[in-house]
Amino acid sequence: MGRYVIRRLIQAIPVLIGATFLIYWLCFSLPGDPVQALAGEKKADPIVAEMIRQKYHLNDPFLLQYWNYITGVFQGNLGESLTGRQVSDMISEAFPFTVNLAIVAFVIEAIIGVLAGVMAALRKGKFLDQLVLISTLFVISIPVFVTGFVLQLVLGVKLKNDYGIEIFSVSFNEEDGLRGYLLPAFVLASTSLAYVARLTRTSLMETMRADYVRTAVAKGLKKRRVIGRHALRNALIPIVTFLGADLGGLMGGAVITEKIFNIHGIGGLLAQAVYQKQGTIIVGVVTLLVMIYLITTLLVDMLYAVLDPRIRYE
Amino acid sequence: MTTVIEKNQKNGRLEVGTPLLEVKDLHVEFHTRDGVAKAVNGVNYSVAAGETLAVLGESGSGKSVTAQTIMGILDMPPGKISQGQILFRGQDMLAMSEEDRRQIRGQKIAMIFQDALSSLNPVMTVGAQLGEMFRVHRGSSKKEAREKAIELMERVRIPAARQRVGDYPHQFSGGMRQRIMIAMALSMEPDLIIADEPTTALDVTVQAQVMDLLAELQAEYNMGLILITHDLGVVADVADKIAVMYAGRIVETAPVHELYANPAHPYTKGLLRSIPRLDQKGQELYAIKGLPPNLLKVPAGCAFNPRCDVATDLCRTEIPKLHQVSDKDGKELTGRRSACHLWKETLHG
Ligand SMILES: Nc1ncnc2c1ncn2[C@@H]1O[C@H](COP(=O)(O)OP(=O)(O)OP(=O)(O)O)[C@@H](O)[C@H]1O
Ligand SMILES: [Mg+2]
Repeated sequence: MGRYVIRRLIQAIPVLIGATFLIYWLCFSLPGDPVQALAGEKKADPIVAEMIRQKYHLNDPFLLQYWNYITGVFQGNLGESLTGRQVSDMISEAFPFTVNLAIVAFVIEAIIGVLAGVMAALRKGKFLDQLVLISTLFVISIPVFVTGFVLQLVLGVKLKNDYGIEIFSVSFNEEDGLRGYLLPAFVLASTSLAYVARLTRTSLMETMRADYVRTAVAKGLKKRRVIGRHALRNALIPIVTFLGADLGGLMGGAVITEKIFNIHGIGGLLAQAVYQKQGTIIVGVVTLLVMIYLITTLLVDMLYAVLDPRIRYE
Repeated sequence: MTTVIEKNQKNGRLEVGTPLLEVKDLHVEFHTRDGVAKAVNGVNYSVAAGETLAVLGESGSGKSVTAQTIMGILDMPPGKISQGQILFRGQDMLAMSEEDRRQIRGQKIAMIFQDALSSLNPVMTVGAQLGEMFRVHRGSSKKEAREKAIELMERVRIPAARQRVGDYPHQFSGGMRQRIMIAMALSMEPDLIIADEPTTALDVTVQAQVMDLLAELQAEYNMGLILITHDLGVVADVADKIAVMYAGRIVETAPVHELYANPAHPYTKGLLRSIPRLDQKGQELYAIKGLPPNLLKVPAGCAFNPRCDVATDLCRTEIPKLHQVSDKDGKELTGRRSACHLWKETLHG
């Protein structure tokens, strides 16, 4: 296992370099002038513009720019934005919000999703099952911004104005702590939650028909133990894979959810950087996201081997 | 037969004459989209302690469904027990509460399945799966359960049991896995073991070893054994009596050697003729003509009549009872029954 992890980490290096190169090249090739973008509507002063270009080496050939950037990265320097701020500072300001939001969303989708799926599977064809099937279909087919605005209106505004219940806030506020994350995290988790519930339901129903579950019944075990010890452990293997892959996605920030609830996370930072054609920020953020993806997929693969002893990595 | 009764008396486990398990007029049907499949249509058989009953019959004849019903692991729905009794030590298990049933499952009646690989939990060590019996039914500690698991593995002669107790099912060979299934069935020293084709998935050489082990342990613990099999060769070695099933019915029961020597049902005759034999090398292998009936549409009269060489009009209209069979002088042959209108002709003719 140890050797496998090391090999995977070594494999990650060319992936990282390739990804930064591609993104850097993409940013370089973007039409439009980043310096002009700084000035907004009015024409930028040519002297100032040239000064900025000089300062950030924007007139250098592409490969030289990339070389300077990547050597900086390996020295732990992610560069500066065109407004003179350190990209690493901007990321470390935004990232905690994203991480917190992602973790709360992940916990919500894992717990509620798996519970709903298990209950649906155990009451196959009954009311609860139908309820889970229909509501998840509903959630999956509605775009996130609709779910977001509706929940914001109902739970954030109506609940407070009409009933005086102030659990969820309309807009994210750092002082609210965990409570502030609940509503945005639920919105962010909603689609995946629905998928987790459906996946759990199908997977558990299938494992309940497995021979080893029949063996467990034949051993005279109580139903609770048959399901909990024998069926569920096997049924959850594909769910864990799904959740792991999803965690990588959640960490990548959520542009829409962050926007709706006014959270200044990675998603918003990246969207803004693309809008302003700020190459250094884009590449910095994307590099971080690629690293997160590589690490979460590695963790998922390792977890997979722990859950399913038939899988061995050499 | 007498030896079995003597053994029981000595053990004091059961009064003489009371079978350990008695299946009476059992009917099981499956409600499917295409209609009602009558998988079991009035099965009667019994097993005494220390006795081995072999259940024989083509694929789809209802052997496994009967076993699952006894065990209480039938899929319901689609399965439905429409009629019958299953008496275990004289008590009808079909009338018991689910909790009482559960107490019997695994502890008093245990089952060994055909495919040990799929029947063992892939994500639990064999030690945990064996030990679970002691933890759940005997309240043993983790450590005790592990020791018991090792003991059981040694009992079924798995080499290096102590080192292998933490291994997973896929790390064992097919034969070793089936030994683990046997060990699991044996763990609570049950009164009865139902083995549903326990050696079918194994290599021929391993088959014999596993079967010998099962027979040996059965004798040692004086358990009843219901052995479901296709393999007539295996049956001759280990069984005391045989029940032949066809389309969900018992068509013939007999002590094993009498059945081999002198079958009283044309279907049994056909089965025996279809065993490959060394002294008939080169000759074409005999096969009963036709196919087993579709259970949604069982033929009128005797279900076997379309495939039978000697069928008469009576066979096509009236379902034969399970007749008591007697010898030429009219003396009843103990334990011999045949569900054939023409059993006399078949047996004596
Ligand atoms: N869960 C089920 N749903 C529907 N039909 C079933 C089910 N289980 C068994 N049957 C039907 O019951 C009939 C008897 O099946 P059973 O498994 O008892 O046969 P068998 O004698 O054990 O055959 P084999 O030698 O192939 O194991 C078959 O026709 C089968 O299609
Ligand atoms: Mg079968």
